[in-house]
Amino acid sequence: MFKKTLLASAFGAAMLTAALPQAALADNTLRMAYDADPVSLDIHEQLSGGILQLSHMVFDPLVRWTKDYQFEPRLATEWEQVDDTTLRIKLREGVKFHSGNDFTAKDVAWTIERLQRSGDFKAIFETIDSVNVVDDHTVEIVTKQPDPLLLNIATYIFPMDSEFYSGETDSGKAKDEIVKNGNSYASTHVSGTGPFKVTGRQQGVKVEFERFADYWDTESPGNVDHIVLTPINENATRVSALLSGDVDFIAPVPPNDLERVEADPDAKLVTMSGTRIILLHMNQERVEAFKDARVRQAFTYAINQEGIASRLMKGFATPAAQLSPEGYAGHNPDLTPRYDLEKAKELMAEAGYEDGFSITMMAPNNRYVNDAKIAQAVAAMLAKINVRVDLKTLPKAQYWGEYDNRAADMMLIGWHADTEDSANFFQYLTECPNAETGAGQYNAGNYCNPELDKLLEQANLELDKDKRADMLQQIEQGLYDDAAFVPLHWQDLAWASANNADIEPILNVMNFPYLGDLVIEE
Amino acid sequence: MIAFLIKRLFHALLVMFVISLIAFAIQDNLGDPVQQMVGQSVPESERAALREELGLNDPFLVQYLRFAVNATQFDFGYSYVFHEPTTQVILRHLPATLELVFASTLLIILLSVPIGVYSAIKPRAWLSRFFMGVSIVGISIPVFLTAIVLIQLFAIGISWSPFPADTSWGGWLNGLISTEGGLPAYGRGNPEHVFGTWYTNFTSLKGLTYLILPAISLASIMLPLFIRLIRAEMLEVLQSEYVKFARAKGISMRRIYFVHALKNTMLPVITVGGVQIGTLVAYTILTETVFQWPGMGLMFLDAINRSDIPLIVTYLMIVGVIFVVTNTVVDLIYGLVNPTVKLTGKPA
Repeated sequence: MFKKTLLASAFGAAMLTAALPQAALADNTLRMAYDADPVSLDIHEQLSGGILQLSHMVFDPLVRWTKDYQFEPRLATEWEQVDDTTLRIKLREGVKFHSGNDFTAKDVAWTIERLQRSGDFKAIFETIDSVNVVDDHTVEIVTKQPDPLLLNIATYIFPMDSEFYSGETDSGKAKDEIVKNGNSYASTHVSGTGPFKVTGRQQGVKVEFERFADYWDTESPGNVDHIVLTPINENATRVSALLSGDVDFIAPVPPNDLERVEADPDAKLVTMSGTRIILLHMNQERVEAFKDARVRQAFTYAINQEGIASRLMKGFATPAAQLSPEGYAGHNPDLTPRYDLEKAKELMAEAGYEDGFSITMMAPNNRYVNDAKIAQAVAAMLAKINVRVDLKTLPKAQYWGEYDNRAADMMLIGWHADTEDSANFFQYLTECPNAETGAGQYNAGNYCNPELDKLLEQANLELDKDKRADMLQQIEQGLYDDAAFVPLHWQDLAWASANNADIEPILNVMNFPYLGDLVIEE
Repeated sequence: MIAFLIKRLFHALLVMFVISLIAFAIQDNLGDPVQQMVGQSVPESERAALREELGLNDPFLVQYLRFAVNATQFDFGYSYVFHEPTTQVILRHLPATLELVFASTLLIILLSVPIGVYSAIKPRAWLSRFFMGVSIVGISIPVFLTAIVLIQLFAIGISWSPFPADTSWGGWLNGLISTEGGLPAYGRGNPEHVFGTWYTNFTSLKGLTYLILPAISLASIMLPLFIRLIRAEMLEVLQSEYVKFARAKGISMRRIYFVHALKNTMLPVITVGGVQIGTLVAYTILTETVFQWPGMGLMFLDAINRSDIPLIVTYLMIVGVIFVVTNTVVDLIYGLVNPTVKLTGKPA
């Protein structure tokens, strides 16, 4: 061993002399590494975390989230509800696009119209009936019905440069077309109002950004002049790149390396309780026993969420008893994890399943943090109430097809509400499944409670915040009592950076770092 | 010679045909590309429309024929992820992989020949035993681990102080077993443009530093194999009659070793070696993933993760062709080294 390391270090020293010292950079460059790079420069092509992060760099939304779920004016400076269905928005003046065009109300109208054509975004923007341009810096958004979430939706409106994207390319294609499979003008050309311009892009290798000289937000403390974004998919390599000083900012930080990053004197770690709920559905259509609420309750009593969060996730998760994380309108503070093995056994006996039964379970193995291990732990816990679990884990590329087919009795899923609102959880995960309306699209339990659905419908039209929150909390209570699913935890988020990058203030639970405001100490 | 090459061309076409058929047959198990292309909250109707647009609902034969007809015109389809023709994507990633394989091959040749020959000539020397021992260890450590250890030692650096650091001898010993790091841990930096899609790391010292760690990890799989192969062949040759005769004639040992014996040792090494270098292209998948080396291996893994079926099929076909080409080149070289071998297969 000694001989080998001796040789190794001699070898290393020899190689080091060959390495040149890094050239000092005149201005501030942030080298960041994410697990993936954006698939396109067209921000309406795909609704994904990577695209939204890009949107916040190259574009500005009308309003954006603060850390505590408030709205911060960006391109919208003020807004008022004119009547139940109309929101009048004042737009910021003197804003320029990267192309040099001026930002006006018609860009907002154009962008919303385009969003309604985008396969990925149209569901979110379905609620909007029309957009009226009042004057150059005022728009009115009219919804089909009163919509309490219009401002939440406005965080997705990143006005695009309508002039830049209008007309045809040399090959006669419309510049504004949205193409998923193939090349479009918008997927390789970009003009936004955001803090950074894209100066170079090699997909899968790197994207380069430069600070936009005419950026409107002159009060922003941000002092980053260049950004180089490199995708590093391999967790260990991403962490190594930070620790060796090759990059300044990484996300996500894998849970197994949290301690290592924290212990490094040259790096700093920021973690936050996240909003993505991890849960298991119990399919009532496939398993007769799941139709009995007592059996479902027994399952929630048998599974030790706190144990999973503290031991398996090493504290990198918040144990959950409901869908809505703290801070969401629907978060019901009375609901807490209810691990109690004796009670679980009692309930099983009461329902006539003292001897248990056999079920199948499926989980992805590369989608969520420790997903396969979580499923294994749950299977082991269920064995204590005599439920035999036949577990199968799959890579995510194959998992979702199985999920859509409801291929197992219990299936694991993680969900983040695009609108940062509880109603989104219910709509996709617990509403009575309806193929026509798309309700309950991911409700793999086939759980159905029409009363809660009716309450949700009312909440979706209620403009009074407090009343609405009350309704949403009632729904959480109802789901808890029914044991509609097995909630596990909200996965934490983690970022790490070099010591001189002050990342803490720009991070948020939506995982859109506001890099325009990032300060690098010199 | 021409006939031989034409025959090999047909081999290549046959290989491509069979691979494309297999790749197409398993595509249903590679996952649903539509799932990777849309957000989670996108309704089923949108997905169905996209699936129809991509032609994924057509029967197997229709899909395959459509692909095959286009492929005969060198159109292998569009990558779902890269929004470009797959051949273009692969062409862009090919140089990085070839440079990495080239650097590793160079390392393997420069190290394995002298070490192999030395340990055959002096099989009992402690240095020979050391090399053999290390090579056994090297052959059994997965490339993944080698890579991570290399990154820790030479990119991040490691500091150990089992000796008292305040004494001069302790500080010196600590320094010996600690490393400073400093080598790049990932990627290939800013390679210089040569022509077309070829960017190179070989024109500057800085560029070369990016190659060091990945090339060593990739070489670590084949190096022990080559050392042992050369040693075994050389030992055998040294036992043969003509070597004994040469010694009896009084020819200098140096001439026997490096002219008579080495030449005959290299024959089987070239055959095995050539084929093994071909498989190095396949091994790059692991190395490239760990080092985020933007070559074909990394691209392929990404394509699998995102169910980018056209790219997967094209990659497999091209790798098949690379194997045929390396085999052909090996056969040609073999013919040059050993004049008794006739490529057309007719007796000499």
